[in-house]
Amino acid sequence: MARSIVSEIKRDHIHKLIADGKRVDGRAWDQVREISIQTNVVETAEGSSRVKIGNTEVIVGVKMAVGEPFADTPNKGVLSTNAELIPMASPNFESGPPDPESIELSRVVDRGIRESQMIDLEKLCVEPGKKVWINFVDIYVLDFDGNLFDACSLGAVAAIKSAVVPAKANGLGEDYPMPTTCTPISVTSVQIENSILVDPTLDEEKVAAARLTVTTDDNGDLRAMQKGLSGALTMEQVKTAIETSRRLGIEIRKLIG
Amino acid sequence: MNNESMTRELVLPGDLLDAGTMKPGEGTYVHDGKIFAAMLGIKSVKSNFVNVIPLGGRYIPAPGDMIIGKVIDIGPSNWLVDIFSPYPAPLHVNEVPWRVEFGDTARYLAVGDTLLAKVLSVDETKRVQVTMKEQGLRKLQGGQIVEISHSKVPRVIGKNGSMIQMIKTYTNCRIFIGQNGRIWMDGNMEDMVHAMQAIKMIDEGAQTLKLTERVKEFLESVYRKEE
Amino acid sequence: MGGNSDMKLIDENGIRIDGRKIDELRPMKIEAGVLKSADGSAYVEIGKNKVLAAVYGPRECHPRHMQNPAKAIVQCKYNMISFSVSDRKRPGPDRRSVEISKLISEAMEYVVFTENYPRTSIDVYIEVLQANAGTRCAGLVAAAVALADAGIPMKDIVPAVAVGKVNDQVVLDLNKEEDNYGQADLPIAMIPRTGEVLLMQMDGHLTQEEFDKALEMGVKACQEIYELQKDALRRRYAIVNNEVEEEVKEPSEDVNEEA
Repeated sequence: MARSIVSEIKRDHIHKLIADGKRVDGRAWDQVREISIQTNVVETAEGSSRVKIGNTEVIVGVKMAVGEPFADTPNKGVLSTNAELIPMASPNFESGPPDPESIELSRVVDRGIRESQMIDLEKLCVEPGKKVWINFVDIYVLDFDGNLFDACSLGAVAAIKSAVVPAKANGLGEDYPMPTTCTPISVTSVQIENSILVDPTLDEEKVAAARLTVTTDDNGDLRAMQKGLSGALTMEQVKTAIETSRRLGIEIRKLIG
Repeated sequence: MNNESMTRELVLPGDLLDAGTMKPGEGTYVHDGKIFAAMLGIKSVKSNFVNVIPLGGRYIPAPGDMIIGKVIDIGPSNWLVDIFSPYPAPLHVNEVPWRVEFGDTARYLAVGDTLLAKVLSVDETKRVQVTMKEQGLRKLQGGQIVEISHSKVPRVIGKNGSMIQMIKTYTNCRIFIGQNGRIWMDGNMEDMVHAMQAIKMIDEGAQTLKLTERVKEFLESVYRKEE
Repeated sequence: MGGNSDMKLIDENGIRIDGRKIDELRPMKIEAGVLKSADGSAYVEIGKNKVLAAVYGPRECHPRHMQNPAKAIVQCKYNMISFSVSDRKRPGPDRRSVEISKLISEAMEYVVFTENYPRTSIDVYIEVLQANAGTRCAGLVAAAVALADAGIPMKDIVPAVAVGKVNDQVVLDLNKEEDNYGQADLPIAMIPRTGEVLLMQMDGHLTQEEFDKALEMGVKACQEIYELQKDALRRRYAIVNNEVEEEVKEPSEDVNEEA
């Protein structure tokens, strides 16, 4: 994914606005764009969602199949997360095998779900050591205007929460809701001119020095974090970003219900 | 006979425009002696020519167009300018107002710089050349850039420049409009926000009733509040 | 094609398992301009099919070696997302998608005025979000609307539909079960006004008489779909009112003159 060149004028304008405590779209620094969440959008998936944060839009599907567990976790279901940056979402996305951006994105979203133990993988064991439920969480970015980490995470969480285990079709009894333990929420901020801005748009991401994605659980505890881009964050900025993520996480979690 | 169109009729590719009395203009094609729309746009008739004015699509450069471009690459004797069209445009050292030594190009224009330039030529294979050698053409600094669909540029300008003049007067901003849909403005932060909102209104609502009046109402309401 | 004519897919009254008559289309919904980043886009639902198409271009042609000095190339990429089918499909193109992409590219290349944009590429991306037979036709229907939405000059908007044979009867717009257990599948894309066929494939078994009947059914259905495609675009670009407007063509230069 090539980072396209930002004009100096756009960069300067964003900086000037920040010096004034403002942003291009009029938001406060700690304000998230409008979020819309739809679930059960694709019936061929066991769980699905279509999430928009501002103009960034993703579609996520959860597919489940019975398979073999990993040798070191014989009694646990398996989670596999994959995010695709498909070319329709941006003039800068290309077809082809996953590039480092999409791999990082997949792994960060995966960690948020895995480390919070959102899916109770022990409840997804069919026959210890032999058969467990394999969960494929597939994320497709449809429209890109910044902040893929949060859009993809939110989409994955919404799809998982609304998923139904297809036990019947696999001869394993009645269908039942996906066993979940919590609702991890990721909130991403960027550092521009030493100010911390939440939920960056594409232009803001392009001029940002550094980025921090923080995933918190229902208790406000940290479950996963990822610092991105090639600039630096001070300890103070890290603290601010974490505090903002925790606070906004509570609000966003309510949207999942 | 007055052949000016009196209504704004939306046409789609393949729509029949005329069965044989008029002549085919822009955005049309002829098949079996009939004229059809070649693109999504507004049907317009002028001097017995039937045209389709496109509502979308990429900006296609024409010689003489004033455009706002962004430098995306530098070579020893030229720069490459993105003019937001399918064709990037080389800007040669001979086409700038400064005397540039071979290899010294980066000192005058850097990657990411924005400039006001003119389309010098477009050849048959659509290779584009731009120039900055005319009066008023220059590197732009400060201010803000707004991007709209290039097909909305005539509406932002208005008849005889009336719309853009109105926006400039109310907001007190300097505004340059590129044919390619890039608009540069400079002024107070507040005024620029208003100018940008007015322009976005036109970009998003150019088909609605009485656009000029609505923009005027908006500007009046915003500035009345601030008195 | 299962060809299993034991499976009863049409009852004694000529009604199919989803309640349709033999020449009835599945319910359709088309929306134009659904994405922000793409130059043009469209969303189509045909029965349980859900397809999204997006267009970028004309733009610089990548890979460079594919550039055509005389015209634009049209590159359509058809893809089914992993959860669009019952058994999860591994992400990435497979041979079937590559073939379908090629056919749709060829169909669209015929209608687009590619000579207007030498050395560029017009990229069309089709993603099947949910599949229920006839996705290549649904994809083409979406692609045509997305191209018009992107302002690409074309001869016409192209509809497409699949006709098939089930229980020895020619039927229109097969659903998944009919496609699995049916006896023939014939997807076609055409320009209704001229009758030109831009895409056609067939597999199964059809007599000449059955083929003629299928084609007739397909032509009629294409006309219906064509109207829906146009309607989607008209709604997107709806002019609220007819108003008298002076046409403004060339901006005068003094607009950009500074005092």
